[in-house]
Amino acid sequence: METLQILQITWFFLVGILFTGYSILDGFDLGIGAMLPFMAKDKKDITALFTAIGPVWDGNEVWLLTGGGALFAAFPHVYATVFSGFYLALMIVLFALIFRAVSLEFWSLDETRRTFWKWAFSIGSFLPALLFGVALGNVILGIPLDDRMEFTGNFVTLLRPYPLAIGLLGFSAILLQGCTYGALKTTGELHDRLVAAGKKIAIAYGILMVISGVLTGIFIPGSMANIPGWVCAGIVLASIFMTAIQLGKGNGLPAFLLSSLSFMGLWGIAGSLQFPALVRSIGSGDLNLSIYNSSSSQLTLTVMLIIALIGMPIVIGYTIYAYRIFKGKVTL
Amino acid sequence: MDAVILSRIQFGLTAGFHFIFPPLTLGLTLVVVILETIYFRNNNDLYKKISNFMIKVLGLVFVMGVATGIVLEFSFGTNWSNYSRMVGDIFGAPLAAEGVFAFFMESVFLGILVFGRNRVSRGVFLLSAFLVFIASHLSGLWIIIANSWMQTPAGFAIEGGRAVLKDFFAAAFNDSTLIRYLHTVMGGWITGSLFTAGIGSWYLLKNRDLDSAKPLLTIALWIYVAMAILQFGSGHGHSVQVAKTQPAKMAAFEALWKGQNGAPMSVIGIPDPSRKKTHLEIAVPKLLSIAIYFDPEARVQGLDDFKEEELPSVVLSYLTYHGMIGLGSLFALLAVISAILMISRKLFEARWFLWVLISAVPLPFIANELGWMAAEFGRQPWAVYKVLKTAEAASVVVPAWQILVSIIAFSAIYCLLFAVFLKILFSIISKGPDKITIGYVGE
Repeated sequence: METLQILQITWFFLVGILFTGYSILDGFDLGIGAMLPFMAKDKKDITALFTAIGPVWDGNEVWLLTGGGALFAAFPHVYATVFSGFYLALMIVLFALIFRAVSLEFWSLDETRRTFWKWAFSIGSFLPALLFGVALGNVILGIPLDDRMEFTGNFVTLLRPYPLAIGLLGFSAILLQGCTYGALKTTGELHDRLVAAGKKIAIAYGILMVISGVLTGIFIPGSMANIPGWVCAGIVLASIFMTAIQLGKGNGLPAFLLSSLSFMGLWGIAGSLQFPALVRSIGSGDLNLSIYNSSSSQLTLTVMLIIALIGMPIVIGYTIYAYRIFKGKVTL
Repeated sequence: MDAVILSRIQFGLTAGFHFIFPPLTLGLTLVVVILETIYFRNNNDLYKKISNFMIKVLGLVFVMGVATGIVLEFSFGTNWSNYSRMVGDIFGAPLAAEGVFAFFMESVFLGILVFGRNRVSRGVFLLSAFLVFIASHLSGLWIIIANSWMQTPAGFAIEGGRAVLKDFFAAAFNDSTLIRYLHTVMGGWITGSLFTAGIGSWYLLKNRDLDSAKPLLTIALWIYVAMAILQFGSGHGHSVQVAKTQPAKMAAFEALWKGQNGAPMSVIGIPDPSRKKTHLEIAVPKLLSIAIYFDPEARVQGLDDFKEEELPSVVLSYLTYHGMIGLGSLFALLAVISAILMISRKLFEARWFLWVLISAVPLPFIANELGWMAAEFGRQPWAVYKVLKTAEAASVVVPAWQILVSIIAFSAIYCLLFAVFLKILFSIISKGPDKITIGYVGE
């Protein structure tokens, strides 16, 4: 194998790892945000949940920025095609993320408009949590592309049944992340509500997993013969089941880790369905954006690999350190 | 209107709004590092109190920067997809590196500053303050690297119509990176220090929180004095670099209609492109030649040395550039008065000057924006100087109406956020260091 090819494959995995890291970490604060008005009964509950995510949410969101930057640097055509093609959907995500970023801070400081900022945080979390999955479902199912790699569909193209199903699947995974992390950090009735919700969400997540699996079999040719995909699907279903059990037993940390494992499994399925494509085109597979026709040069991929190998272990090190500083239940 | 113009308006709007906050963040992290260092050494709780207060302000400003920065990270793909395809091989790396080497660190350790005072040792807290300071400045460095490569691209070759990286360090540390970085960081320190001095002045005028106000004002104002004067040096260096590497831009900055030996430096005037002449101009003879080449007779290229279609708008370039320099001169004047008042120990009683300082707080923000606009207007019609025209950089598949809708939405959202930001900022300031608390809930 040529060096360039090895680098392209490596970057397929590294971009996947960045998005997985983002899903696991920002997943729990997106999930908590989306559920906030339904879980938090009073100001004290909101304070507890905001305190649980306050010190870490911003670092979590950097995984998205870094993932986006890495996609830009490693596979610029994918970044260009998807972001311009999904323009309106992306704008909705951006508006949501803007509101979400400020509303945590504004809720505590702008006391006269707390209800507004609570809902801003919640809707700002809900929309990305749903739309990220819809976007992923689209690039797996395939989008209309021309021979210049440009998207030729429109906003409605993005709202086909398969992407919507994947959107709901991702959303349920994010909600489970939220429930498990919330349960890990809270006490009393709030904790019990999160556990009860988590069990129901786990069931919904499992059902959506089966539905998505069936739809994948129908819509994605060759997917049923994909062995790594089946292994990952098994991991996802097993970890959802175990998450529900651990939640029920009140074991916060194992539940959170198992829920995170299920997310890794989801990305494993997506990766094994896609490889070596990143964005499938409808119709002819020749127009797919793959790691081979959409990557940067060998030198750029090498430089980026060096940056990642030096930088990411340090990042992971101090991120773990910061979580340890804020470990334990939030006590009010 | 066509999609390119709309995308330019959108980028100008979103980047311009974002750029209110990062320079202020740079200055505020410097103030916090100094306060924390003093507290670490003398263990005087007064400095802890002042620092907590400034960390609260920093946290608010940082969040605004984050919220508005996400948009820009994605805007190259959404609105400038041709740009992303053509130069992504070079331009993507600094954005990714900013995340890996700077933004993670800034976010994680700011979390410790805002929430962790009682959860970490004093040494770790001081270290966190330093890491936030370093990370915010590294973050700026990577963004300046990306921007500078658009101004003075290097370390690449055109292969198959795309710019391909050939030398990472040549691309990253191109002709304009370091001087632009220095100039921008110093602009940030001026912004943050005058902002902080404004807060201190307000407490003095209101005769409240005096124990905090006096050290805050003194520390901030000394940073300001040094930076406002040194900024002339970095500004000069930056101009010389522009003149040598982007001569068309300098010709537009100065509205130098004809290339000439012994070129004058324009101080003030109204450029008129239709008559190729600057009305009501005051200019210093030969000064431009001296400033750039240290030679009163050196030839400076004028607007007539370049093809018409490769020139930026002279009016916009001239006005933004001279507006920035005018404000910079005012900052230096204020710095001299500040230094005199501090040395003669009359600052705290000079109520008129405290009012002047408060009124001057918005001006460095305007100077930052004007400097950025001058740099970007002056680069036109190029997105990447002499490599890719702006008109060819935009996305081809996004309909104009969608961009118009997003511009309207961004404008509405940013107006709302800015109003709330100001309201919260003023409420933090009016509560004051005595009543502001930071930290983990329940401690």
